[in-house]
Amino acid sequence: MISKRIIPCLDVRNGRVVKGIQFENLKDVSSPAELAAFYSESGADELVFYDITASAEHRGLFTECLRKVARRVFIPLTVGGGINSLEDFDTVLKCGADKVSVNSCAVRNPGLIDEAARRYGSQCVVLSADVKRVDGQFHVFVRGGREDTGLDALKWIKEGIDRGAGEIVLNSMDTDGVKQGFDLPLLNAVCAFSPVPVIASGGAGCAQDFVTLFKQCPKVDAGLAASIFHFGEVRISEVKQLMKQNGIPVREVI
Amino acid sequence: MIAIVDYGVGNLFSLKSSFSFIGQEAEVTGDPARILAADRVVLPGVGAFGDAADKLRVNGLDKAVCEAAGRGTPLLGICLGMQLLFECSEEFGTHKGLGLIPGRVVSMRSVVPEELKLPQIGWNGLHLIGTHPLFRNTREGDQVYFVHSFHGTDCADSLLATTEYGGSITAAVGKANVMGCQFHPEKSGKVGLSILKAFAETENYSC
Repeated sequence: MISKRIIPCLDVRNGRVVKGIQFENLKDVSSPAELAAFYSESGADELVFYDITASAEHRGLFTECLRKVARRVFIPLTVGGGINSLEDFDTVLKCGADKVSVNSCAVRNPGLIDEAARRYGSQCVVLSADVKRVDGQFHVFVRGGREDTGLDALKWIKEGIDRGAGEIVLNSMDTDGVKQGFDLPLLNAVCAFSPVPVIASGGAGCAQDFVTLFKQCPKVDAGLAASIFHFGEVRISEVKQLMKQNGIPVREVI
Repeated sequence: MIAIVDYGVGNLFSLKSSFSFIGQEAEVTGDPARILAADRVVLPGVGAFGDAADKLRVNGLDKAVCEAAGRGTPLLGICLGMQLLFECSEEFGTHKGLGLIPGRVVSMRSVVPEELKLPQIGWNGLHLIGTHPLFRNTREGDQVYFVHSFHGTDCADSLLATTEYGGSITAAVGKANVMGCQFHPEKSGKVGLSILKAFAETENYSC
């Protein structure tokens, strides 16, 4: 049986991890390669890197850090942030990324999803959507959650899948940062129609939140979190142990 | 030297890195002469079967791979590279493969019930069939990373491992010096590295 995946997400600025904390046996908490190796050893099933570098001149630092990660971490790597063209896909894929996540640029230019899926295969194209309730409706936000597009999130995600997105990262802005659990109603609404894997993001505050996620939304494939793992509040091994005790299929940490 | 066949598909950076991580020198090459000179050959691949088969024919890479295999050079196909080892595929029409392993590639939907998603994306356990040197460091149930909608069938004689995804799915095949993994060993953590190590080190591939 296929395992439910646990995915830590790392924000990288100018080639360094933002918001790192001190872990045992980890010399440099801001080193993407060291943190990636640490997470991989701890049982992460996959890693997501978001490049939040503001200036174009520093973009090269991100690809260099990606290469360093891919030289020592052998689990799937997804890259997002600042992906605006097929050339951007090409650049990160050549540095060891397996999947590329698109967000704001796909809203501006939905054809990018089609083109990328045609050239690299759907398995490579991840549609990431920042979603927030506005007047009781799910809206898509862009530019790091600063701008309401007015788009209906469920329709947009369906369109993205039809265009060739092979996976969905569903980030709920309503639950993000609140640490009271994932946005189960939103996730169930998307899982009701999605033929491709759905990755839940936003709201994890403790190990039990992952158990609740997979029990209440059995069609969700993976849970993604950033701060609770970075700040050491929750260990991945702890999450997996609790999932296993609750009969949820997991890949055991070796 | 291990030659990783470069025909424009797949994450070759990670594949090369995984071999160097286990102390093996691997060269990414699209040169038939380098493939024929290699001690071992890895045929990677992602995407659609037809496109990949066409790309492989450019510059005669398909002939070089078959010739190397015919000489007894150990060959490992990974993901789509494994599917290319079969006689044919039914992905978007019928396409001819390299014919190094008897069998054909079909949609998993014939085995997988409608309620399960395709492609299968994620970590799943291996059910090992018999003992094969490729899996000498692998235990029953060890998990590896899969991304695929199609799989090999009519290949009972060369089946090395299966995985359970709503039914029994072909996970690995082998016939003498020709082997294939449907999963990505270069993305399967320690379990995957141990499989690559076994491929790189084992001399005798007879079952």
